[in-house]
Amino acid sequence: MMNYFPDEVLEHVFDSIASHKDRNSVSLVCKSWYRIERYSRRRVFIGNCYSISPERLIARFPGLKSLTLKGKPHFADFNLVPYDWGGFVYPWIKALAESGIGLEELRLKRMVVSDESLELLSKSFANFKSLVLVSCEGFSADGLAAVAANCRFLRELDLQENEVDDHRGHWLSCFPESCTSLVSLNFACLKGEVNLGALERLVSRSPNLKSLRLNRLVPLDTLQKLLMRAPQLVDLGIGSYVHDPSSEASNKLKHAIQRCKSIVSLSGFLEVAPRCMSAIYPICGNLTTLNLSYAPGLHGNKLTKLIQHCRKLQRLWILDRIGDKGLGVVASTCKELQELRVFPSDPFGAGNDAVTEEGLVLVSAGCPKLNSLLYFCQQMTNAALITVARNCPNFIRFRLCILDPVKPDPVTNQPLDEGFGAIVQSCKRLKRLSLSGLLTDQVFLYIGMYAEQLEMLSIAFAADSDKGMLYVLNGCKKLRKLEIRDCPFGNSALLEDVGKYETMRSLWMSSCEVTLGGCKTVAEKMPSLNVEIINESDQTEFNLDEGQKVDKMYLYRTLVGHRKDAPESVWIL
Amino acid sequence: MSSENGKLLPETDAGGLNFEATELTLGLPGESRVTSDGVAKLGSKRGFSETVDLSLGDNKNTNKFGQSQIDVPEAAKSPVSKAQVVGWPPVRGYAKRRTKSCKYVKVAVDGAPYLRKVDLEMYNTYQQLLTSLEDMFSCFTIRNYLSDKKLDQVNGIEYVPTYEDKDGDWMLVGDVPWQMFVESCKRLRLMKSSEAVGLAPRTPPKCSSAS
Repeated sequence: MMNYFPDEVLEHVFDSIASHKDRNSVSLVCKSWYRIERYSRRRVFIGNCYSISPERLIARFPGLKSLTLKGKPHFADFNLVPYDWGGFVYPWIKALAESGIGLEELRLKRMVVSDESLELLSKSFANFKSLVLVSCEGFSADGLAAVAANCRFLRELDLQENEVDDHRGHWLSCFPESCTSLVSLNFACLKGEVNLGALERLVSRSPNLKSLRLNRLVPLDTLQKLLMRAPQLVDLGIGSYVHDPSSEASNKLKHAIQRCKSIVSLSGFLEVAPRCMSAIYPICGNLTTLNLSYAPGLHGNKLTKLIQHCRKLQRLWILDRIGDKGLGVVASTCKELQELRVFPSDPFGAGNDAVTEEGLVLVSAGCPKLNSLLYFCQQMTNAALITVARNCPNFIRFRLCILDPVKPDPVTNQPLDEGFGAIVQSCKRLKRLSLSGLLTDQVFLYIGMYAEQLEMLSIAFAADSDKGMLYVLNGCKKLRKLEIRDCPFGNSALLEDVGKYETMRSLWMSSCEVTLGGCKTVAEKMPSLNVEIINESDQTEFNLDEGQKVDKMYLYRTLVGHRKDAPESVWIL
Repeated sequence: MSSENGKLLPETDAGGLNFEATELTLGLPGESRVTSDGVAKLGSKRGFSETVDLSLGDNKNTNKFGQSQIDVPEAAKSPVSKAQVVGWPPVRGYAKRRTKSCKYVKVAVDGAPYLRKVDLEMYNTYQQLLTSLEDMFSCFTIRNYLSDKKLDQVNGIEYVPTYEDKDGDWMLVGDVPWQMFVESCKRLRLMKSSEAVGLAPRTPPKCSSAS
């Protein structure tokens, strides 16, 4: 019946389908739907930049406006991937530029972005509006200057946790006077000074500015001036927040902050004097997002007093200096809390300040809407996890990191199998899980049995045998990303069902028991996978012994075969 | 639970595996990760043994990892710090900015019966530090070379702020940029002005902006 609708009608219907997954499904229905869908597709998400080529992307979606690309595997965040592994954005920008595609938005994560790419980007797309770079590297303030100078209709420049090489601050001055379209500006991760006058003028002429995140070197008096000029802000990232509470500067700041009645998201405090937090209290009641994870100086009473003002909080990112008691305050204050992230303030130290299972139990009891957790802690017990599972059956993301890699339940000395088992059994919507602590094959049996919606699993220092990995591969039908380090999984687990890997985005295994021979077998049987061996040792030649254990293996499905840009340390089988 | 669990209790001997409790081994593929003593056999990971030496002492802390020596040259100085494994805990390198640990230094004041400690990371400028020290030692007056004006005298005794730097030398507070001072200061001493005769300059030293 749908065949009798003109294309425009179908297009209109498809327009209302936003989810990538759904649009992908739509395109598979029949040829005409495929055709209509591809011409009307505006946003594309590519979770692994090596799974497809820019040319094929352009050929299929000529109407593309927004592209999201991810590069390096997740464990690159923890220094497990060589810096030159890959993930270069330049070929994408070059291809898009040459194709005449009207790119408006580019979102990159863990990619290498050179100044050259940013320059090319800035000059190639007349309507370019939005650049979001997360955990990227390879560029300097010069690249930013090019974007500022050339993207006449820029709305969003959002830099999150990037490693930026050079810190000359003139890039802000490169926004022309005619640029008044900014909605979002985030340069919190830059280490260098910026031209404060240029910043003030830029903010003054950006009436649509909703999100502003400053870096550490923006001093308090500038902050105050910016807030006076932009009381319409919705999201604020404070750079330096050090002042004398009794001073004139502090009074002016209080006044400026109070005018910002729309701020619902607060972050930064990259430099903070805790006794000054009371100036923030007037806006705390509106906050739905609060990120204090860059403020190690904020703890104890000053921190809990602040939190007590934040009754509407939905998302809280905090350091473990908050302690179990502080989490108790969160539990009794933040009844709307959905996402909690507790980061370690001293990851390699004795952990005196850290949180334990007690804090987590308190939050689970007080915050029934909790659905997303990242929790670095000193220790965890099965009893606590079972309680948490009962209190919060809605977890979508559950990432627990016990700082000591193989720590058992300190009360019973048992592994944490039962605790995590309770989590997966109770949380039927669980999509992402990270395990830690002492774990045997048993936990994987539970995961395979119960974690039906699981898409991403991170495992470290766990399991007793191949059975662990097999339980997961056999049981988790929706698994997309599996990353494993330091587990006794070998070839028989790896090779049991190589077809499974085609249903997944990627598999990472490092310091496991798989051998070169095993990896080669996967590569031979599955031409649709790239199997990469990463060898960072000093030896210039790969040891060709098939029985040699592989240090790091990263395999991923791809439509375009072996990539050509791999460095010496990466061998694609 | 299955009998596999038994392997994890220190008392049970699952038999068949004879390993010295303190010895790291490279296990064969498929072997249990846990020895008969219930020691988590992390040594079965290649490369790990280069990173960490496991030694089990009498350890009330049930964490088998509790006491460990660290082999790697850049390891922490403390002998009881946790084993450092590459990429663990899984925090982003960028996120290490969060781990600015406090820089507590001792503050000694000539004539005071006990010392205090201050966290230099709490301050941004010399002025803030000196103000705070004044609060702490409220009966004393600290000569403030930076502002070139005397602070209110309470009991008529002036003190000169000095600090011991990384090289062990006693320096006058205020000469170097603040951050440099924070990094090199090991402890503070408020020296009586009378003792500082000949050492303390009559004119304030040139120093770059206190921040």
